[in-house]
Amino acid sequence: MIRGLGSVVVVGLISLGAVMVLLPFAWMVSVSLKPRSEIFTTDVAFLPAAPTLMNYWTALTSTEIPVYLVNGVIVTGGILVLQLLVTVPCAYALAHRRFAGRRLLFGSVVAALLVPFHVTAIPLFIGLAWTGLLNSYTALVLPFVATAFGLFLLRQTFAQIPDELIDAARVDGLSEMAIAWRIAFPLGMPAVIAFSIFSVTAHWNDLFWPLIAVTDPALATPPRGILYFRDEESGDDVGPLMAGATLITAPLILGFLLAQRRFIQGLASTGLKR
Amino acid sequence: MTAALALEGVSKRFGDVHAVDDVSLEIGEGAFVALLGASGCGKSTTLRLMAGLDRPDAGRVRMGGRDVTADGASARNIALMFQSYALYPHLTVHQNIATPLRQRRLSALGRLPGAGALRAGLRQRLDAIDAEVRRVAEMLRLETLLGRKPGQLSGGQQQRVALARALVREPAAFLLDEPLSNLDTQLRADTREEIKALHRRTGHPFVLVTHDQADALSMADRVAVMIEGRIAQVAPPDVIFSRPANRGVAAFIGAHPMNLIGPGGLAAALHPAGRDHVVGIRPEQLALTGDGPAEAVMRSTAYQGDRTILRLVGGAEEALQVVLPLGSPAPAEGETLRLAADPGALHLFDAASGARIEHAGGPG
Amino acid sequence: MRVLREAFTTLSLVGPAALAVVLFIFLPVGVVFALAFTDYQIGAPQAAWVGIENFAELFGSKLGRNALLNTLVYAAIVIPASVGLGLLVAIGLFGLAERLPRVSAVLRAVYFLPVAATLVAMAVAWQMLLHPSLGLVNTWVEAAGLTPQNWLTDRGLVLYTLALIGVWQSVGYNMVLFLAGLAAIPTALYDAARVDGAEGGWSRFWLVTWPMLGPTTLFVLIVSAVNAFRVFETVATITRGGPAFASDTIVYALYREGFIYFKAGYASAITVVFFLALLALTALQILLIERRVHYR
Repeated sequence: MIRGLGSVVVVGLISLGAVMVLLPFAWMVSVSLKPRSEIFTTDVAFLPAAPTLMNYWTALTSTEIPVYLVNGVIVTGGILVLQLLVTVPCAYALAHRRFAGRRLLFGSVVAALLVPFHVTAIPLFIGLAWTGLLNSYTALVLPFVATAFGLFLLRQTFAQIPDELIDAARVDGLSEMAIAWRIAFPLGMPAVIAFSIFSVTAHWNDLFWPLIAVTDPALATPPRGILYFRDEESGDDVGPLMAGATLITAPLILGFLLAQRRFIQGLASTGLKR
Repeated sequence: MTAALALEGVSKRFGDVHAVDDVSLEIGEGAFVALLGASGCGKSTTLRLMAGLDRPDAGRVRMGGRDVTADGASARNIALMFQSYALYPHLTVHQNIATPLRQRRLSALGRLPGAGALRAGLRQRLDAIDAEVRRVAEMLRLETLLGRKPGQLSGGQQQRVALARALVREPAAFLLDEPLSNLDTQLRADTREEIKALHRRTGHPFVLVTHDQADALSMADRVAVMIEGRIAQVAPPDVIFSRPANRGVAAFIGAHPMNLIGPGGLAAALHPAGRDHVVGIRPEQLALTGDGPAEAVMRSTAYQGDRTILRLVGGAEEALQVVLPLGSPAPAEGETLRLAADPGALHLFDAASGARIEHAGGPG
Repeated sequence: MRVLREAFTTLSLVGPAALAVVLFIFLPVGVVFALAFTDYQIGAPQAAWVGIENFAELFGSKLGRNALLNTLVYAAIVIPASVGLGLLVAIGLFGLAERLPRVSAVLRAVYFLPVAATLVAMAVAWQMLLHPSLGLVNTWVEAAGLTPQNWLTDRGLVLYTLALIGVWQSVGYNMVLFLAGLAAIPTALYDAARVDGAEGGWSRFWLVTWPMLGPTTLFVLIVSAVNAFRVFETVATITRGGPAFASDTIVYALYREGFIYFKAGYASAITVVFFLALLALTALQILLIERRVHYR
């Protein structure tokens, strides 16, 4: 499509765009490595003159950032485990069992795909308030157990498994639950991984629900936590703040760089999810 | 007479692979040439070099004597019918056929929808394009399908649309890449006739690329056999069959591969030159006779309805095939048979180079 | 007996997920539609039906209209910019992948980075980048001889700055979708276009690439629109809708009214409007796919 001089121009323009895309990342890391004197100055430089890890030390020892990171692992991990526990058997049944109400259930799943989480937030908040569950890990995890996207994706994947294979497993005496977990689940692993990446990314990064469901900083997830941190420090501790932001972003960025193809698969399939 | 299209010592490499190796080929005005070879022999690459879709690493391409090696596909006025047909799925049959004319005759502005209403000169050109599209559509019986999209057509109809799009603009040469490979048996036979008729009617030089020797031998007036990136022989179909230029062509052409024996005792039994040369004999032309000069042992038979194929072993463990015509009883396995062949049906090839050696009383 | 056992098996497989979907998706949707017509306050002992009063307030009040309008302006910038840039980058990288595959792969990863990154953390980084006195952008602006701006506190500027961040975040996502669309176009069509006389890249783009990308483009447009209407993280992190509601958007208004002021009824009305807008987009998508962009 492009040749010679044109390709040089194209590479130039796209590289320029890439530099602009990278700018906030680079600035975040750069400031996180600057000593205080280099941050609060009228003579702002792009790169630190005397890079230091001091800000990371501060962020990790005298702020709540480690707590937020641990909370992030607990909440995203809890959500993913519960989602899979509930979704895999149901997706298997939707794909390979005939039962009354199957079409209705699958139709409901497709309809539920159209519902963004924001729409359910107010009633969920009221319901959790009634049951006294607000301000708990339960409040952060429970609403996401219902995943229309996961049900849809896994049902479509499991439907690709030939019926003969399922019947063979039945003949071999496996229970239906065992077939779901020992046949369908491993065979659908690429889709399971894509869904897992999607789920972990979405909930690690989510701000909306943690902002609503918890007010106790000890329960804050990383995005909620970094806002607590920023608001408390009232602009004095920019260095540790940037270090904290870097620490919070790092796990997913590293995961992405290590498994680009799977990440892009997992996140690009979210086009289905609203 | 200068050739309509000529390749002169053309080569094309992909990495370490010589896809096309020093190929020279002339396609005269009004000729119908078939490029025949197994898949991966470089014939499709040769076609792409002719069309200007790829540039050769060495050699030149000439059209009517003019060097067009550096020209791209659009500058060459060569029509190409793709194996996959490559119809534009978003355009109707009419728009598909009109595309080559619109791209060549209209500016980018003139190709905008509705532009014809604005300028009278443009309108005339659009009308002319429409007339030509209808003429070609009529020739290929597509008049009733002009408003459809390719996705709504059968395979055979899509193929005719692809033909029409290639034929609409009076090309300097017409290249067909495996035009019959996506059609079922009945349609294949009809389409062979149709393409031959189109060739006669239009008078354009045709180049057919195929792996199917029946297509090549039945349609073309000259066949170029390609083996491993090189052209092994260029000749009329009957010569390709009766006087293969080397072992490669001999083994490739024919419903059953030619037996290539020797040099050695078994070959010498069939022809005295078999002591030093390879003897070739088609399985159909080996006869079982009680007093034949050669001897072989029956290994297995394959019954195929109108004929029976015998696999034998003779001489120094050399495999042989014999085709028995309908009705001949097949001998039992393990039986020792005597074979004979008409000297006129024997081919001789040089043992080292594989090149054909003419001999008195040989075929041809 | 057997039938009963089968039914029990099905229930054990399907039950938990079905219950969760009903309890956490369908029931709340029903409740939110009901609440939208009440004056319910979270924590209040009771509520009264108020008809369409909440909707009248949303569309009638200055504040409500402001949030809707801001969201539309934001979407009107982010959708075309992120789709257009995503397409351009995808075409460039797709062509580049043939001659410089490594460079192309690295650039693709760079553009996708904002999609995987934690948006809240990146919003904090943007805030620092755009800081009036400590930020890099104003330093450069000054060095270029221009007037430094209060990117995030200037009422006339803040929405556009947020839109810029929105574009930054979504170009990579759209690029990936377009790259998949480009890879699905048969190369024989490009060959056919060249043989048919479309030698220039531009005419081949209009003859093959653009029409063949039709379904992808529609999909990307709808996804971008949905994401633009949902803008929340950057607003909540950087501006909280300010200054003086200059960057208030529909989802942020929903959050503020519902969870800061606890006006559940009014917030539900905002939710319903937001939901119906997204459903309309989906309906449009289905309609267009049926009508035009589907070739087979």
